[in-house]
Amino acid sequence: MNKKKIEKTADTKHKIAFAFTIEGNNFSSAGEASIRLKHALQHIGYPALLIRRIAVAAYEAEMNIIIHAHRGVMKAEITPETVTIWAEDEGPGIPNVELAMQEGYSTAPDYIREMGFGAGMGLPNIKRCADIFDIKTHIEKRGNIEKGTKIKIVIYNK
Amino acid sequence: MENKSFSIFLDRKRCTGCTNCIKRCPTEAIRVRNGKAKIFASRCIECGECIRICPHSAPIPQADKRENIKQFKYTVVLPDPAVFGQFKLKYTPRQILAAVAALGFDSVYEVGRAADAVGIALQEFIKENRGGGPWISSACPAVIRLIQVRFPTLTEQILPILSPIEVAARQAKDEISQRLGIDREEIGCFYLTPCPSQVTAVKSPYHLERSHVDGALSISSLYPEIRDLLPKIKNQDEPAQATVYGLKWCRTGGQTLAVLSENYLAVAVDGIHNLHKLFEEIELGKFDNNINFIECQCCQGGCVGGPFTIENPFVARVLLRQRQTQFRPKLDAGEAQEIQDRYHQGYYRAEKKAEPLPVMSLRKNIARAIDVMEQAEKILSQLPGLDCGSCGCPTCRILAEDIVCGIATEMDCYFKLREHVQFLAEQMLALALKVPPVTPVQYQIMQTQREVLKFAKRVPPVLGKQSQKKKRG
Repeated sequence: MNKKKIEKTADTKHKIAFAFTIEGNNFSSAGEASIRLKHALQHIGYPALLIRRIAVAAYEAEMNIIIHAHRGVMKAEITPETVTIWAEDEGPGIPNVELAMQEGYSTAPDYIREMGFGAGMGLPNIKRCADIFDIKTHIEKRGNIEKGTKIKIVIYNK
Repeated sequence: MENKSFSIFLDRKRCTGCTNCIKRCPTEAIRVRNGKAKIFASRCIECGECIRICPHSAPIPQADKRENIKQFKYTVVLPDPAVFGQFKLKYTPRQILAAVAALGFDSVYEVGRAADAVGIALQEFIKENRGGGPWISSACPAVIRLIQVRFPTLTEQILPILSPIEVAARQAKDEISQRLGIDREEIGCFYLTPCPSQVTAVKSPYHLERSHVDGALSISSLYPEIRDLLPKIKNQDEPAQATVYGLKWCRTGGQTLAVLSENYLAVAVDGIHNLHKLFEEIELGKFDNNINFIECQCCQGGCVGGPFTIENPFVARVLLRQRQTQFRPKLDAGEAQEIQDRYHQGYYRAEKKAEPLPVMSLRKNIARAIDVMEQAEKILSQLPGLDCGSCGCPTCRILAEDIVCGIATEMDCYFKLREHVQFLAEQMLALALKVPPVTPVQYQIMQTQREVLKFAKRVPPVLGKQSQKKKRG
């Protein structure tokens, strides 16, 4: 296919942002946001192995929202050098983050585990994939205006 | 691996530009331009979906020419086991093999025999490499190309074992050069293929520098001749050299049967769209980690469902089951040992890996690709998002990308065009109403006004009330 040269606009910063709403309890389509992010990265031309790491991190974050918070938002910003993902929900929050970061520790309900999810590897997997991993959480308590979990993942294109 | 040849030819005389094909293509390799479909070879994986869906039979798969066999001093035909599913049960395997040889070859070597050997090689490899799974079978070139183009990280998981077709050609050439003293270069091996992707795989192999096979002829083009030869061939009850395991490689589940073990799960998946979903799941880590082997068939039913077959694949599957008694139940101990020894000598190992093919990216430079995508997203938000294909692109997103690249315009979208015409109609009406006081044409104007308003306010059924809001905005 013949391609024309792109006219550069005045703002020459190379950046694109996506936002996905995540609706919980729909396991057959679970992972849609991560898959769309993966396709965008493929079209942009990110190296394949890096795309896989990013997609796995996004997928684990997406599944956490679906399993525990039922509803949330995933935002992604892509530049030639970095991919930043924010996964945010207003769910129950994480009472003990250190415990949650342990491999195999899971608070997923039984019906989730019976479906093959909730193995307790989500947060550790994200930490392993990410160059920067940030987690802020507030549990539902009387007097707490904020509740839920906000995760930020940064992966560099090296 | 560059695609040095391409085996699907689009007959422009038959193509009506109906756009049925563009949405079925798993790699979005087809566009409709100037009223005709165009398949872009760099993205095409030759899965045959366009061939299956086209109501006018416009995509025509092409195999090699039969005259090519004349270049060789000694020729061997390698019939795919799918051949046994094309002819009536009353013709025994030996008769079919003799008929195939009678087409003009010096001898015949069953691909099923090689499939038996590869089955054992796969078992040995999986035993030694359990940790690296799930291992993806490498016999279907369309599947390999799908992985190379769309799921490049999975190239690591393609089994580095040669396909039965390559093994058959290699073994045939070994045996004949040894037995008859003919130079390998003068022996021509021709594969009787059920599918066009093998035609390309023979010219541009993914596991070898150069294929052992010298050409691929389609089963369908030779079917009438074989069918006429069969009644003239004396009945031979001797079983074929392949076992039932080799025979079953041509239908979904055959490879899985060959590698079954108590120690791991082996799964068979057919249909290119099912495979697409499966590979997405594997890449995300959604798939069951206990599965160690995945048999992937691009065609539904396996190779008996390939575009170059004649018999209905579901009927062929039953016919193959009925033929089981005409094949040996298994290899004898000596044969199996020989294959295991050869495996350990590396006889069945691929010479090289299937490499990722980055044809999906918008630009070679990531920064530019991001710019293109950003501009495309803005345009996309103005498009109806129906992916109807009327513009010749499979999705609105791709039209947006093509607009950014300057090879399409927004007016290619019929809904945008209609919107624009409605706008123009309203403008013309406003102009028409500005009649100078001297002209007495009040009644005609009112009629026109009614007609134009009927059209200008009409929203096509596929668009909802939302689109009206968009128009105003």
